[in-house]
Amino acid sequence: MSNQKLSGSRILWECLEREGVRHIFGYPGGAILPAYDALKHSSIHHILVRHEQGATHMADGYARATGGVGVAVATSGPGATNMVTGIATAMMDSSPIVCITGQVGSKLIGSDAFQETDITGVTLPITKHNYLVTSADEVAHTVREAFYVAKSGRPGPVLIDITKDAQQSLAEFDWDAAEPRLKGYRPDLSPEKAEFEQALELIHKAKRPVILAGHGVIGSRAMAELLAFAERTSIPVALTLLGLGGMPASHFLNLGMMGMHGEAWVNTTIQEADLLLAFGMRFDDRVTGMLKSYAPNAKKIHVDIDPAEINKNVRVDVALVGDLKKILQSLIPQVEMLDRREWLDTIRKLKGDSAVRDIQNLPDNGHLYAAHVINDLWHETRDRDTIVVTDVGQHQMWEAQYYKHERPRSLITSGGLGTMGFALPAAIGAKVARPEADVWVVVGDGGFQMTMSELATIVQENLKVNIAIINNGFLGMVRQWQEFFYDKNYEATPLLSPNFVKLAEAYGIHSVAVKNRKDVLPTVRKAEDHNGPVLIDFQVEQEDSVYPMVPAGAALHEMIRRPSPLVETADDE
Amino acid sequence: MLHTFVVYVENKPGVLTRVSSLFRRRGFNIDSLTVGRTEKPDVSRMTIVVDANEDQSQRIMANVYKLVNVLLVDDITGQAAIARDLALIKVKTDQDTRSKVLELANVFRARVVDLAQDSLTLEITGVEIKVNRLLEVLEPFGLLEVVRTGLVAMRRGGEPGFQDKKKVNGRVVVDDNVSYSV
Ligand SMILES: Cc1ncc(C[n+]2csc(CCOP(=O)(O)OP(=O)(O)O)c2C)c(N)n1
Repeated sequence: MSNQKLSGSRILWECLEREGVRHIFGYPGGAILPAYDALKHSSIHHILVRHEQGATHMADGYARATGGVGVAVATSGPGATNMVTGIATAMMDSSPIVCITGQVGSKLIGSDAFQETDITGVTLPITKHNYLVTSADEVAHTVREAFYVAKSGRPGPVLIDITKDAQQSLAEFDWDAAEPRLKGYRPDLSPEKAEFEQALELIHKAKRPVILAGHGVIGSRAMAELLAFAERTSIPVALTLLGLGGMPASHFLNLGMMGMHGEAWVNTTIQEADLLLAFGMRFDDRVTGMLKSYAPNAKKIHVDIDPAEINKNVRVDVALVGDLKKILQSLIPQVEMLDRREWLDTIRKLKGDSAVRDIQNLPDNGHLYAAHVINDLWHETRDRDTIVVTDVGQHQMWEAQYYKHERPRSLITSGGLGTMGFALPAAIGAKVARPEADVWVVVGDGGFQMTMSELATIVQENLKVNIAIINNGFLGMVRQWQEFFYDKNYEATPLLSPNFVKLAEAYGIHSVAVKNRKDVLPTVRKAEDHNGPVLIDFQVEQEDSVYPMVPAGAALHEMIRRPSPLVETADDE
Repeated sequence: MLHTFVVYVENKPGVLTRVSSLFRRRGFNIDSLTVGRTEKPDVSRMTIVVDANEDQSQRIMANVYKLVNVLLVDDITGQAAIARDLALIKVKTDQDTRSKVLELANVFRARVVDLAQDSLTLEITGVEIKVNRLLEVLEPFGLLEVVRTGLVAMRRGGEPGFQDKKKVNGRVVVDDNVSYSV
């Protein structure tokens, strides 16, 4: 209870503080200046970014590293529109962020005033919800609602557009009275008993079941439950890209990643299964391959918090809509322990076959492969509390294949939108959220150049972020598609880069280039020990490709495999 | 197949855009959409007709529910319901044809709402097919202007529309006034 009058700006920061926000990522401008001015009354630490897209990715990385809500701030017009890519990225990967934008004065709305953009209109399809606040007394309940909506149910980005006059004018601030009362919003669904029974029946009947675990495992904090369920039922687990870390990679029931660049035996296992248990994943086209031939003999159980995902891409036999953790908690005591040795043996044999083609089994032939870099990075960093943040492209897939993630939130990557430029800013967000963790950026020479301006943010904020550029001189993943599907017509994919070492040094960041495999481990080790950010330019084989690959439109088991000899240059061992 | 949804939404600015934008974004074609007030000042009511199969209609419902401002979605397709479309039809007439048009209007129970030297305007209310039929038979006379409201619909029987819905999409809704979103 209180009847003190505060400006909308002060109410904004007061609310954020009460929501537990310690850091915000932003960039000022005219329409948000009153809010910036009021920051002097607040304990919140503002991190100045170099581009508003960076602010949204930082908020996203912050959210993904902790499970909390990340906050990004920008001015109206161009500041707000620069956020669009980051908002869409967070939307696709169900990441809870709150974006706060300034807006021109409420009287000017609709007049095409200087730096006026209808950002609530623009972001309508890429936010979970958004708000236009035109008066100071709407600020408190809007902020509380926004945080609640962003983090509850299926999380997602929420945008609050606040007019300049709403920031400036005074209103009574009463936190308790501003409690969210959302009549049309109930994120706490749970399945009915009959649906549980149908699911149990399918599980008990199945001879060749596979669990498909996605981002929802991590979002719902259901790691322990997933493990318990898998162990109790002896059902092997395949992971989506965003599911990596949801189950320890070293666990004997963890098969690894599925999908377009998933392990061959994992995709084959899925195709041969008679039951798929989809836990917090959405049958994205990157994991199903051609739908018509997807797991043709399998019954499907879909557990997801979002009813709109049910029967969207794949028709399922049983849908359990609700929080994965709770659903697994009620399933676990009801499932029978079954012997699945035969099925697990079959899978193990498939795995033996694939391992032969693994580039990892190749002796050092004088060439540096991205896979080697990632593998060594993993060896060196795995015993520490390490978060790897990847960008989009070949290096992203190699990281997913060769870095064995044991813990949730130890991999942060843009999955659904595949946003190049994500890694560096998202890593900054992760480091701010978890300063005690080692943060490694794994990024291509292309994606790095999209947001490398944030190097200055790292330095200004004195953050220890380690950057590994997997530099192949190409927009590698696109080059790979051109190699496979466009007769090697490398149109617009050869990529000129600056001298990354000198560039880093210009920012005052310690940097080295690595060309030989034997130098990878010691360089990574030195980077970890270096007191401050480090950038390593790994100059790798230029025309290596990611294998296996399910070409777009092919069935999941129809993979392009690494040719033998492994790569053209590999026979001089 | 045409599906008819009754959607109750919070009466707030921008909600109509949220609903219609969702149909566009998910690639569903709206056949008609009407919106208006209800017995509750803070609740608006939409009747939306969409061409969709059974799976799609389930997904439409789930997606509409995801909108934070949506309170309740009722798929009344194939249910005992009253559905009405209203049309104003301006028909070309002259000395010879006027009586014929009036005769047809009579058969369809359409009302004459305006009469001029060379035209006649009718008002008709009814299920869509009835309106379509009238338009068909008037066509040869020359249609000068036609406007239709799109369907409005309501379940038959004594149950209130919004307040007492206990089951939504086969699920029990805990609070009568509340829907689910994620
Ligand atoms: C913003 C954006 N633009 C374009 C693409 C399409 N795209 C996907 S991967 C890729 C190449 C990435 O090249 P690089 O960053 O060098 O990484 P590499 O694949 O070589 O590891 C491109 C252009 C994208 N995903 N995101």
